[in-house]
Amino acid sequence: MVVEKPTLETVWGWLHAVPDPEIPVISLTDLGIIRDVQWQDDTLEVTVTPTYSGCPATTIINLDIETALRGHGIEKLALKRQLSPAWTSDWMTDSGRAKLEEYGIAPPQPAGGPQHCPRCKSTDVEKISQFGSTPCKAQWRCTDCLEPFDYFKCI
Amino acid sequence: MSDHLFEYLCRMGDNTLVLGHRVSEWCGHAPVLEEDIALANTALDLIGQTTLWLDLAGEVEGAGRDADKLAFHRDVWDFRNLLLVEQPNGDFGQTMMRQFLFDAWHLLQLKALMGSSNAQVAAIAEKSSKEVTYHLERATDTVVGLGDGTEESHNRMQAALDKLWPYVGEMFTSDDVDAAMVDAGIAPDPASLRPAFDALLDDVFTAATLVKPQDDFGHKGGKSGKRHTEHLGHMLTQMQWLQRAYPDATW
Repeated sequence: MVVEKPTLETVWGWLHAVPDPEIPVISLTDLGIIRDVQWQDDTLEVTVTPTYSGCPATTIINLDIETALRGHGIEKLALKRQLSPAWTSDWMTDSGRAKLEEYGIAPPQPAGGPQHCPRCKSTDVEKISQFGSTPCKAQWRCTDCLEPFDYFKCI
Repeated sequence: MSDHLFEYLCRMGDNTLVLGHRVSEWCGHAPVLEEDIALANTALDLIGQTTLWLDLAGEVEGAGRDADKLAFHRDVWDFRNLLLVEQPNGDFGQTMMRQFLFDAWHLLQLKALMGSSNAQVAAIAEKSSKEVTYHLERATDTVVGLGDGTEESHNRMQAALDKLWPYVGEMFTSDDVDAAMVDAGIAPDPASLRPAFDALLDDVFTAATLVKPQDDFGHKGGKSGKRHTEHLGHMLTQMQWLQRAYPDATW
């Protein structure tokens, strides 16, 4: 039986539809953690880099990738972990950033702090704590609308 | 050579493992919620780094042990962590002083390891250094905030520094394992990190109005595994409880 291999573009499209388990408004490709997709003969090889080395979502992410691709009929699949170059929040896509902000999480900024409050857009914001509900976030507060919010750390 | 590399990787992984476990002991007990979350996150980073180091150690050893086996199936005498990281948490100030002293060394160590001749070591160091940069930033802020805080917080931070200082020297000592790593271009000479460490401490302690102890006596025996303090054994009975009660149980 001849099985037609889906194109890499098709596979990327499938991966684009897999949500991040912690922040489901963005997808794994928005997050920039899928580093490569290649066919090695008849095995599909997906290279993934972790956001933080201890992030508990990492195993779930691998499981979600596998489930999604198997659901599309991929039988031979290899997931590769790549540590270097280390993941940086710079790899997050523009659409990912926009979706984060809409969800109420301030996207990462090179300046090291949020540009403005994701709710009322005020630039009067202050840091509450360097760490937030997940390793990738910090806690900030808007001093205008007084709402606390998550900031996606810039690393 | 591979024996020395295995030993070296255990030192890296055991440091992050033991400190990660210690810091996690605060989970649910920290003075305020934000600190609780920050400590738990720091512990998580350290445990994540442990998995990378100890998995690589197991690979180098080639005896079929992975990070879990190394973490849970060894007893005190096989641990290679610095004495500093096994010291009990004490009060919050003591925990943060221990964190600061370790982070200050850890970041310099990782930056040097990023240039390692061993690509896997360099990759783990690159990944970890991003996380540790954050740890150091936070520990520095806390040490300055509490040191230059109230009379009570100042006194506690000075007491913490006096208590932990004798465990600083071990980070910069060398033995055959270190010499073999230097020869192979895998890791830096520990002593070479001291000037930058001292410079950072001087800046931070000046801002924190804390006084560095004069006596440079340093306890040794952690990274060689020859003589751990009594605290490690007690910690392992907690950390390894499940695997001791139900060997090889899996999730």
